[in-house]
Amino acid sequence: MKLLVAVKRVIDYNVKVRVKADRSDVDLANVKMALNPFCEIAVEEAVRLKEQGVASEVVVVSIGGKACQEQLRTALALGADRAIQVEAPDSPDALSVARILAKIAETEQPGLILLGKQAIDSDNNQTGQMLAALLNRPQATFASEVKVEGEHLLVTREVDGGLQTLKLTLPAVVTTDLRLNEPRYASLPNIMKAKKKPLEVKTAEDLGVTVGSKIRLLGVEPPAERSAGIKVGSVAELVEKLRNEAKVIA
Amino acid sequence: MSILVLAEHDNQSLKPVTLSVIAAAKAIGADVTLLVAGHQCGEVAEQAAQVVGVQKVLLADAPAYAHQLAENVSQLLLEQAQGCSHVLAAATTTGKNVLPRVAALLGVNQVSDVLAIEAPNRFKRAIYAGNAIAQVESDESVQVLTIRGTAFDPVAATGNSATIERVDSVFESADVSFSHEALAKSDRPELTAASIVVSGGRGLGNGENFDMLYKVADKLGAAVGASRAAVDAGYVPNDMQVGQTGKLVAPELYIAVGISGAIQHLAGMKDSKVIVAINKDEEAPIFQVADYGLVADLFEAVPELEASL
Repeated sequence: MKLLVAVKRVIDYNVKVRVKADRSDVDLANVKMALNPFCEIAVEEAVRLKEQGVASEVVVVSIGGKACQEQLRTALALGADRAIQVEAPDSPDALSVARILAKIAETEQPGLILLGKQAIDSDNNQTGQMLAALLNRPQATFASEVKVEGEHLLVTREVDGGLQTLKLTLPAVVTTDLRLNEPRYASLPNIMKAKKKPLEVKTAEDLGVTVGSKIRLLGVEPPAERSAGIKVGSVAELVEKLRNEAKVIA
Repeated sequence: MSILVLAEHDNQSLKPVTLSVIAAAKAIGADVTLLVAGHQCGEVAEQAAQVVGVQKVLLADAPAYAHQLAENVSQLLLEQAQGCSHVLAAATTTGKNVLPRVAALLGVNQVSDVLAIEAPNRFKRAIYAGNAIAQVESDESVQVLTIRGTAFDPVAATGNSATIERVDSVFESADVSFSHEALAKSDRPELTAASIVVSGGRGLGNGENFDMLYKVADKLGAAVGASRAAVDAGYVPNDMQVGQTGKLVAPELYIAVGISGAIQHLAGMKDSKVIVAINKDEEAPIFQVADYGLVADLFEAVPELEASL
């Protein structure tokens, strides 16, 4: 079975994001970029399925400018076999991304498609679900455990009330949550090997997809800042303040 | 304009978050139809009909909808959304699972996790884990929105008597089925709906020590949450996680115990009205957002707090 993993280049999760002075967008000049953490978990899960002998090949795909090849190389260093970069303008909307991925899936015919549940920049949490809809295949979002059983997939999902397990017929789309696995670190020899793995470049036009941006960003603002309050010296003082000053407890 | 809202429920009762989604729909300003899809969920439809601001309740009652499977519910929504200007659901794990599928079937983008309605096609939403608030305008023909419940004051749960209409369409995918679930059972209020939340972090040291927090919570009628660090360490289950990737809460009072205050945790609770932090490290970032900070050993302070309530 072939696995397809979609990955996104985003700001490194350790970087504190700042709004530009003119409030047109956030400031991404000269900030460290990285593989989206949820995508990294998806790559790790695919590589584990290959190591278990469940999968035969792991193909990673990313959509964006040439810079995203860096993240594809990271995924190859983690154990993916080959990569596809789909050249597209920056910030394509989620539906365009899903349409491009659907075209790739039609060509590659993967048994399972893995994606992160959301990217930590746009926080949209929708591409995987959209892809599943376009392919008319079942989905399991927010996965914390994935088991392949023949033609089926048992996926445990993190839902608001606890955990829910679904049984899907392959091919299927899975989006990863944080506790699915702990991604490995790429070793130096694997980073070197990754440079020689195949990386194919396509364009959105090649795939017949017109990239849209129907959701226009009008501007951004910093979130309302909370200022630090006071330090209290004792539990008794705390309770007194909560009762009589803040009036939030009886 | 007309708005279709997906009701959030457990086949027995309507979840309070739906009242906030209706409030968002009212802010858009159009007739609201509330879709209750489930199994043996007639009681939910009765409750839905009483919600102020709802013009009509649609009840789709079939085994295929019992577990809110995205494949089935999205097809039902697609059918019922014909002619609607907006389709809304709560930005819960249910809404987030189902609604993008509806958007793709409609051939439109979704605007996720909406915090404010500026105009029928202009919205505010948080990006970068809440480090920036984006104002976006959608050029789509239908607006598909998930709504952040804590950002909208709920409408009244009773006082209305909308008509209930049955929907007979049953969409059932053969490629997916519900296997089983492990849902947390608790007598405490639900995390996202509680007016007081007591949360614990890695400072608690282990799961047993959360008992201290449960005792405080029970005296306050509070829900208990946790930081991602505490969940990742296995102290408590995932459904207790408060943060960017967990639950977003905005109670009247949030008490953070042994939580350092990582950005992703703050993103989930900084809209709380009053924040209390108890931490032995006075440099912990949580103190920068706390209204009342207590630098103390939690193992002494928490039992003392419980005793004084």
